[in-house]
Amino acid sequence: MKQEFVEKIKHNPDYIKLVKIRTQYAMRLTITMLVIYFIFILTIAFKPALLAATINETSVITIGIPIGIFVIVIAFVLTGLYTRRANSEFDDLTKKIKNSLVDENNE
Amino acid sequence: MNNKAFLFLILGSLGLLASGTIDGEITKQALNIPAIIMFVIFVGATLGITYWAAKRTKSPKDFYTAGGGITGLQNGMAIAGDYMSAASFLGISGLVYLKGYDGLIYSIGFLVGWPIILFMIAEPLRNLGKYSFADVASYRLRQAPIRILAAFGSIATVILYLIAQMVGSGKLIQLLFGLQYEVAVILVGVLMILYVTFGGMLATTWVQIIKAFLLLSGATFMAVMVMSHYNFSFEALFSDAVAIKGSAIMSPGGLIDDPISAISLAIALMFGTAGLPHILMRFFTVSDAKEARKSVFYATGFIGYFYMLTFIIGFGAIVMVYQNPEYLDLVKQAIDGGSPILGGNNMAAIHLSHAVGGDFFLGFISAVAFATILAVVSGLTLAGASAISHDLYASVIKGGDADHHKEMRVSKIATVVLGVVAIIMGIMFEKQNIAFVVGLAFAIAASANFPVLILSMYWSKLTTRGAVIGGSLGLATAVILVLLGPIVWVDILGNTEAIFPYKYPALFSVSMAFISIYLISKTDNSSAAKEERAKFEAQFIRSQTGIGAEGASEH
Repeated sequence: MKQEFVEKIKHNPDYIKLVKIRTQYAMRLTITMLVIYFIFILTIAFKPALLAATINETSVITIGIPIGIFVIVIAFVLTGLYTRRANSEFDDLTKKIKNSLVDENNE
Repeated sequence: MNNKAFLFLILGSLGLLASGTIDGEITKQALNIPAIIMFVIFVGATLGITYWAAKRTKSPKDFYTAGGGITGLQNGMAIAGDYMSAASFLGISGLVYLKGYDGLIYSIGFLVGWPIILFMIAEPLRNLGKYSFADVASYRLRQAPIRILAAFGSIATVILYLIAQMVGSGKLIQLLFGLQYEVAVILVGVLMILYVTFGGMLATTWVQIIKAFLLLSGATFMAVMVMSHYNFSFEALFSDAVAIKGSAIMSPGGLIDDPISAISLAIALMFGTAGLPHILMRFFTVSDAKEARKSVFYATGFIGYFYMLTFIIGFGAIVMVYQNPEYLDLVKQAIDGGSPILGGNNMAAIHLSHAVGGDFFLGFISAVAFATILAVVSGLTLAGASAISHDLYASVIKGGDADHHKEMRVSKIATVVLGVVAIIMGIMFEKQNIAFVVGLAFAIAASANFPVLILSMYWSKLTTRGAVIGGSLGLATAVILVLLGPIVWVDILGNTEAIFPYKYPALFSVSMAFISIYLISKTDNSSAAKEERAKFEAQFIRSQTGIGAEGASEH
């Protein structure tokens, strides 16, 4: 990439905004996933008995099973949240940044 | 190669199948006719696709990335296909069958890397790279040393993975089709070479998509049949399973019992997934970052759904296969007691397919399992071949200025060589304990490939010296700790006590890589280092916006 483009984009308010909100959102989702997973796996390592409790007195189903399914579902939901926002909001900002380059070139 | 050679190879491989079925020693299973018919249909259809793809595979871009025209949904299915290997289908359902809840813990570990790949890696990878993840790692660093390191990490991961798949496939096919072990391994190797050399990424992707569809359909059918037996009541299914195997199967058992192992395994699975070359390569087959994101979204959905199915299938096998005299290994029972099933626990899903759908459905699932192996080894081989032809030959030896035809020829030769190596290794390792092989592949991916890749994307201070020395130290640490750990040092080499006490080295080897890359880059004051840091800004802008990125439309 040419240095003049770099200088232009670097100070483009849309670019600054894009990097900021995307980094923030990606970090927030990453931390959410890591925290959920590590709580799950460390519970298994330290206190497996917590997951062995049954969901009610008559059932054989332990709470570990719905919790495990929840971790799978949440992983899918988080990817969905990110993809939806990135494919609309982030891509719109990216398009604006690209257009600003084209406009200036045509002037 | 021309069409005549192609036809000759097709006929050759079919001949091999035929002669194998006639001459082959019939081992545990009698010849499985429906399975063979369905498998021949699958092979015929995929060779047809290969022929179609061969006509569209002209340039290196076509060969490595299917021309960049795969959609997000298709790529998501193909990524899921790469991930849903025969090992994970049979292995995880077998683990659930054996230990219940522990199987679920394992599959969750395999899944949670995917959101992280989406949030951190998918977009910059697509925006910066062309054919392989080494493109990204070497974007602003010195080409030769980084490419050599990345190619070495890729080839090591690919070969270890191939060994595991080949040995697994030989045993599985021997059992399912009554073919000889060697015949099965050679058949897999020959078909894989055909798909990859002639059809490149386009054929490999479609083989993977078809197989993923067949596998998901078959697994869904099995899970639905199990649940319908219990009027779709999980309570009833689990009650029956507990009545047979005891309540321990409903809660965490001995899979993970100390915190170091728990964290180490989590790191290996999460970061390892993000460092597997055959998975990373798939992000270059889509047109832009938007499709790359969609790919991960769909892939995570398919993989998560698949793991829920394997959980039901494992429990289904407990109630329908365990203690069912039809599937009992009487010889083994007479020696060891208990109720061992034919072919071992990993065959639980295969026997269940017979229990719910009879001979015909058993044939279908057997053919799908075989197709799964073929598709996964093809993807692996293509990734290994691209490391050789694109990273080593075109970028290092030819300094990025290779003739397209020659690069294509090198990649095809590399495919044949990898195929032959896989066949030889598959036969050599037949009787070896290969339990450590996939773990080692993940450890190398997590400790060598991943740290270099992620830091090259996000850390402006990274230098060539830091990446090469730190990445190599991570790689060496992973290999050494696996060799000194309980699986190789005790179980295989027969020593009484392991020098390194943990099965999973990732916590130590990944830390080693990150810390040494950090320290060496930080203290690197060479003029080359200053230049490399100065180039970060432009790289970061491209990684964030995709401006200047390699697109399908460019071609």
